[in-house]
Amino acid sequence: MNFPILSLIIFIPLIGAIFIFITTGSQKNVEKNSKYIAIFTSLANFFLSILLLFSFDNTTSEFQFVEEKNWIDGFISFKLGVDGISILFILLTTFIVPICIFSGIQSIKFKIKEFLIAILVMETLMLGVFCSLDLIIFYLFFEGGLIPMFLIIGIWGGPKRVYSAFKFFLFTLLGSILMLIAIISIYWITGTTDIISLLNIRIPNEYQYLLWLAFFSSFAVKMPMWPVHTWLPDAHVEAPTAGSVVLAAILLKMAGYGFIRFSLGLFPLASDYFTPLIFTLSIIAIIYTSLIALMQDDMKKLIAYSSVAHMGFVTIGIFSINKQGLEGSIIQMLSHGLISAALFLCVGVVYDRFYSRMISSYGGLVNFMPKYALVFMIFTLAALGLPGTSGFVGEFLVLIGAFKKNMLVAILASLGVILSAAYMLWLYKRVVFGRASSPELKEMKDLNRTELYIFISLVFLILFIGFYPEPLLNTINVSADNLIINYQTNLEFHLEKINK
Amino acid sequence: MQTIIYILPELFLSSAIMMLLIIGVFVKKSFKLVNFLTILVLFFSAVLVINQPEEIVKIFNESYIIDRLSIIMKVLTFLFSLFVLISSKDYIKENNIDKIEYPIIILASVLGMILMISSNDLIIFYLGLELQSISLYILASFKKDDEKSTEAGLKFFVLSALASGLLLYGSSLVYGFTGSTNFDIISQNLDQNSTGAVFGIVFIIVGLAFKISAVPFHMWTPDVYQGSPTSVTSFFALIPKIAALTVFIRFMYIPFINIFNQWQIIIVFLSIASMILGAVAAIGQNNIKRLIAYSSIGHMGYALAGLATGTISGIQSSIIYLIIYLFMNLGIFSCIFMMKSEKKYCETIDDLSGISRNQPILALSFLILLFSLAGIPPLAGFFAKFYIFMAVIEAKMYTLAIIGLVTTVVSAFYYLRIIKIIYFDKPKKEFDKIYNWGLKFSLALSSILVLIYFIYPTILIDIISSIKIY
Repeated sequence: MNFPILSLIIFIPLIGAIFIFITTGSQKNVEKNSKYIAIFTSLANFFLSILLLFSFDNTTSEFQFVEEKNWIDGFISFKLGVDGISILFILLTTFIVPICIFSGIQSIKFKIKEFLIAILVMETLMLGVFCSLDLIIFYLFFEGGLIPMFLIIGIWGGPKRVYSAFKFFLFTLLGSILMLIAIISIYWITGTTDIISLLNIRIPNEYQYLLWLAFFSSFAVKMPMWPVHTWLPDAHVEAPTAGSVVLAAILLKMAGYGFIRFSLGLFPLASDYFTPLIFTLSIIAIIYTSLIALMQDDMKKLIAYSSVAHMGFVTIGIFSINKQGLEGSIIQMLSHGLISAALFLCVGVVYDRFYSRMISSYGGLVNFMPKYALVFMIFTLAALGLPGTSGFVGEFLVLIGAFKKNMLVAILASLGVILSAAYMLWLYKRVVFGRASSPELKEMKDLNRTELYIFISLVFLILFIGFYPEPLLNTINVSADNLIINYQTNLEFHLEKINK
Repeated sequence: MQTIIYILPELFLSSAIMMLLIIGVFVKKSFKLVNFLTILVLFFSAVLVINQPEEIVKIFNESYIIDRLSIIMKVLTFLFSLFVLISSKDYIKENNIDKIEYPIIILASVLGMILMISSNDLIIFYLGLELQSISLYILASFKKDDEKSTEAGLKFFVLSALASGLLLYGSSLVYGFTGSTNFDIISQNLDQNSTGAVFGIVFIIVGLAFKISAVPFHMWTPDVYQGSPTSVTSFFALIPKIAALTVFIRFMYIPFINIFNQWQIIIVFLSIASMILGAVAAIGQNNIKRLIAYSSIGHMGYALAGLATGTISGIQSSIIYLIIYLFMNLGIFSCIFMMKSEKKYCETIDDLSGISRNQPILALSFLILLFSLAGIPPLAGFFAKFYIFMAVIEAKMYTLAIIGLVTTVVSAFYYLRIIKIIYFDKPKKEFDKIYNWGLKFSLALSSILVLIYFIYPTILIDIISSIKIY
């Protein structure tokens, strides 16, 4: 297909942002018009990506819709393409961004025009990460996302926003800058940064370990893995609701995607070698951050720590390197994208009404906000992995995968499932049931129509994936198989070389 | 007669300086006229340089060279001097430094730099260097009733004279051990084992490092940047770096290329020290000019890292870095000229807190430029650093690359601090509206170029790739 659909999907939000930037007129008109433009562009992009999914051929593991343009002469080309793994992340992004925009319109009180520009630019950059088929282009998009996110946290965030924004920026910058060295080194070792050709080139044994570590440093910070996860709770707590949603639902997934695409694809020998490291860190993350989450009295912080724990499952799944583990981790990422977005929105709903994130400020909400109590319950159950929700499918597959690879890891990881049930249910109990902690809570209004639609769409998807994950698995299937086969043949090749 | 064609820009420039001096003296209240004519002169000199032939020409007993490197650097010098003059017009007027000498001295220092850029001989080089240095001393202390400006001028004079002395001593050693002042002959005669010549080269490098303000010869930079009038600071931060870097490239790659192993270590040290100091020392600064001084030290560290590789791609990356640096700093200084509250120019960073409220476009340009200085993709500053690291890693200098990248993160902190004050803090002051078109033009030009550079990054490579050194 010659139609540049991927470029279109990537750059539509940017064009929307430019239009918002040039709208002029009275304050009120500008705000109204920019809201319409933002909603229109993000929804248009969502439908375009659904079109992409329907024209996607899931019987081949080749990259599809590939477009290539010369960018820096004879050196880097602007190359895009998707396979079964990345296409789902594109859909996740285009689905989450309109939700963020709707939520932002409701809760952001000042500089709404700038906020919408930042979100749309962010969407362009995130989509670019999942579509790019060149390491340099990937890095550009990956790193460029720092700018809008920094501004979103810093301008529209809570009281400690400056500290959090700086921490977020510097942590991720330090991590990813090592990846830049690795990318340049790969260029000088192999003579190309084109991902398709790199996947067929075997990188010499002696370079693999260091390069893997450089990529790991970047992805581990972004993922985030223990012990470099400390930026995440701060960033989540201070970011505005829409910012937390983008952060949890999409930004963290860029790291998981990176692990699958680059760590497994380019450095099989090193991935094999470092698997125990990943498993150890992930197990610590799952158990330790779950325990921390139990003790939180700030709702957003609790969900942030639970994200770290859930991401632990993802890394275990990826590095189990079998079909179940890999597919499970992808499903887990998608489902965590939906669930964490939903949970942050739930916190946002009560925060917009009562201006407190403390668990102790609430209680007995079921009496005043029944609809809210219902959706919150569905999301809580999804987060703890109840069968029938998307959370279950992901965790279950990951645990099967881990069991095949290493029984101890699987057993320890399943401890996390129990812990997540503990902190999520306890959170739900303290916020929704019990007695209202203050009489003003009685004034709280239930969900309005926009919020209800947002939540219904999320509930629908979470349950859909939970009951019928087949279409997703079909999309991933061939690409995942191919990835694992490639990994194993390459690994054998490298190991043979060592034995010689 | 043939040779005159080649030095037409230099002849035009020097006769223009004399003409302007006469006009300035005989026409009353002629600052506006002289300033305007100076801008025209810079523009036409740039046009003359662009029209020079492309082949390498060496004239006056091979002591003066015209090649692609010199043409590109001269054009940059002329154009950026022109931008600096345009953007600082209001500032000059409001600070009572609108004397006719001001543009004329700027022209004189530009002439000195042009001579440096084209020199292929130690004596011509020294002549040019002194012409530019003496003009710069005067410029630094131009606001003569201001204590800080006078102090800056004096400090700069004393230290710079010392550096020039070292340079001269080094040159004489090199002459003594190689028997010539001509670069090509030095290159042939230089013996790797001759300690005297190596000493001479070390002295020369020290002198050059001073001019480019590389650590540990940077002491003058923060004080001079802070003390001088801002219009002069913007000149200091941009234009002398072009000539100094060109001379650095020429010295290292023509006369001294045979003892690459010896000087490489020195340059690597200068580069690492500058990057670290530029990143760390700027953190605590509250005066924006002083902060820019430290940041420019850091940036020169990166440019030197490209030079230290000893490869052609290293030189190209340094030149690309320089060009992008010039655009970014032109923008930053345009922003500083626009930061005016109640008819006073603000110099401390804390004063900036109001601009995102009252001047959103200015704040946005500032934001773009600062992220670009920090080297965040997809802005131009990232590409500048990217090419440098490409070259450095190609030369397998991993330590240098890693230190460079870590300092990038550290320096990101203070750029972010400015952004934080602009965007996150509560506004304190109202900022005045600026109506000067020259200022707006240079700000718009630099920030838009920095923003959209990623669309067609090949453009600079195309320009640079025609440069041949050997």
